[in-house]
Amino acid sequence: MFDLAGYGPQILAGTITTVELSLLSLVVSFVIGLLGASAKLSRNRALNGIATVYTTLIRGVPDLVLMLLIFYSLQIWINDLTDYLNNVQSSIDFEVQLDPFTSGIITIGFIYGAYFTETFRGAFQSVPRGQLEAARAIGMSSLLVFRRILFPQMMRYALPGLGNNWQVILKATALVSLIGLSDIIEACKNAGNGTFRTFYFMCVAGVVYLVLTTLSNGVLMLLARRYNIGVRRAVL
Amino acid sequence: MIYILQHYWQALLWSDGYRMTGLAMTLWLLVISCAIGFCLAVPLAVARNAKNPLIWFPVWLYTFLFRGTPLLVQLLIIYTGVYTLNFVHDHEMLNAFFRQAINCTILAFALNTGAYTTEIFAGAIRDTAYGEVEAARSLGMPPFTLYRRIILPGALRRALPVYSNEVILMLHSTTLAFAVTVPDILKIANDAYSETYDPFSAFTIAAGIYLCVSFVLIFGFRKAEQHFLAFLKP
Repeated sequence: MFDLAGYGPQILAGTITTVELSLLSLVVSFVIGLLGASAKLSRNRALNGIATVYTTLIRGVPDLVLMLLIFYSLQIWINDLTDYLNNVQSSIDFEVQLDPFTSGIITIGFIYGAYFTETFRGAFQSVPRGQLEAARAIGMSSLLVFRRILFPQMMRYALPGLGNNWQVILKATALVSLIGLSDIIEACKNAGNGTFRTFYFMCVAGVVYLVLTTLSNGVLMLLARRYNIGVRRAVL
Repeated sequence: MIYILQHYWQALLWSDGYRMTGLAMTLWLLVISCAIGFCLAVPLAVARNAKNPLIWFPVWLYTFLFRGTPLLVQLLIIYTGVYTLNFVHDHEMLNAFFRQAINCTILAFALNTGAYTTEIFAGAIRDTAYGEVEAARSLGMPPFTLYRRIILPGALRRALPVYSNEVILMLHSTTLAFAVTVPDILKIANDAYSETYDPFSAFTIAAGIYLCVSFVLIFGFRKAEQHFLAFLKP
């Protein structure tokens, strides 16, 4: 049934790359999303403007275009920067080489950070203001308010959106094979080209993705149960 | 950037002199795949809400398969995979169809957006107010008229905001056509990049065009919402 023609280890390695890439990009975009949402809700005009431009531009442009743009430009910018630094301080001579994996994480994280910003912004606004004011009033610092009051409740509202974004990220990692990262698709392409059974091996890639999305659906359901503890629902 | 604009503006917008490229190709892909996806989705969304498991299960399986895998995988299965199958090779019509990258691309895009649209419409049909259906039944409407007159017009209207998102995501997905050598905007931008080694300019121009198309779509859908959902205004 599952005859992988000796390409099993390669496909497994590709799967691991895909999962690692999605998880790390999730972390990056999660952080960017929290920062972006705070910026969008802050009273500071400049921060507000930057965050709005960021989310509008990123969400209006296809992710593949952004990926190619950032992926190819990032290395050039870094080279320019290190050249400049080397000129300024000629005693040190260093350069930074970005491997496709790191730039993939940065790129995907940066792109999906915009989507997370919108999700978190909506969720932040759903937490009743009175609770935040009460927390302030009893003398909690803003970090403590965020950790104890805002974040746990915000997650409940954000979870459906987060789940969607996670599935989109997982599927977006398929695009990194186009910028030369050996993920599951690249592995299956190689296997297909080696054995002349492209159809079969591309279906294997599809099945791997199906398993991953189905598994993450299950995890998301468990998380939703965790964050919805103590919430009464209307019985229809 | 000026060089790219001067040399590629025509290719980026409609033609490189031999065939349709750039913006025209992207819009054509978007329109044809959304049209096919829409026609596919309406009957499937009705079937998705059927009581008989023999009817709703295949539709569920279709949406599960197409929403659970990346579009790139579907595209590669249809473009590189199907053509290696023997019966496709031997059959004259199938052979002619799957040899063209553009046909495979449209097929993959239409099936993909059809799956998402089916779920959107199915959700909207499920949210139909029971009073409307009961009123229609009590007037003696047969099921077909019930769907045509009551359920579908309301459900499609309610689905409009979500559907507009799907169309914009589809616009973003059309960039994948570049992976199978269909000359859309991104492919032209990539050619410009290969010639000039200036990735920032080449892809920024492409990004600008996509941004404009997105804004036009958003504006159009907002107008459509104002027209079709006018009764929801406060």
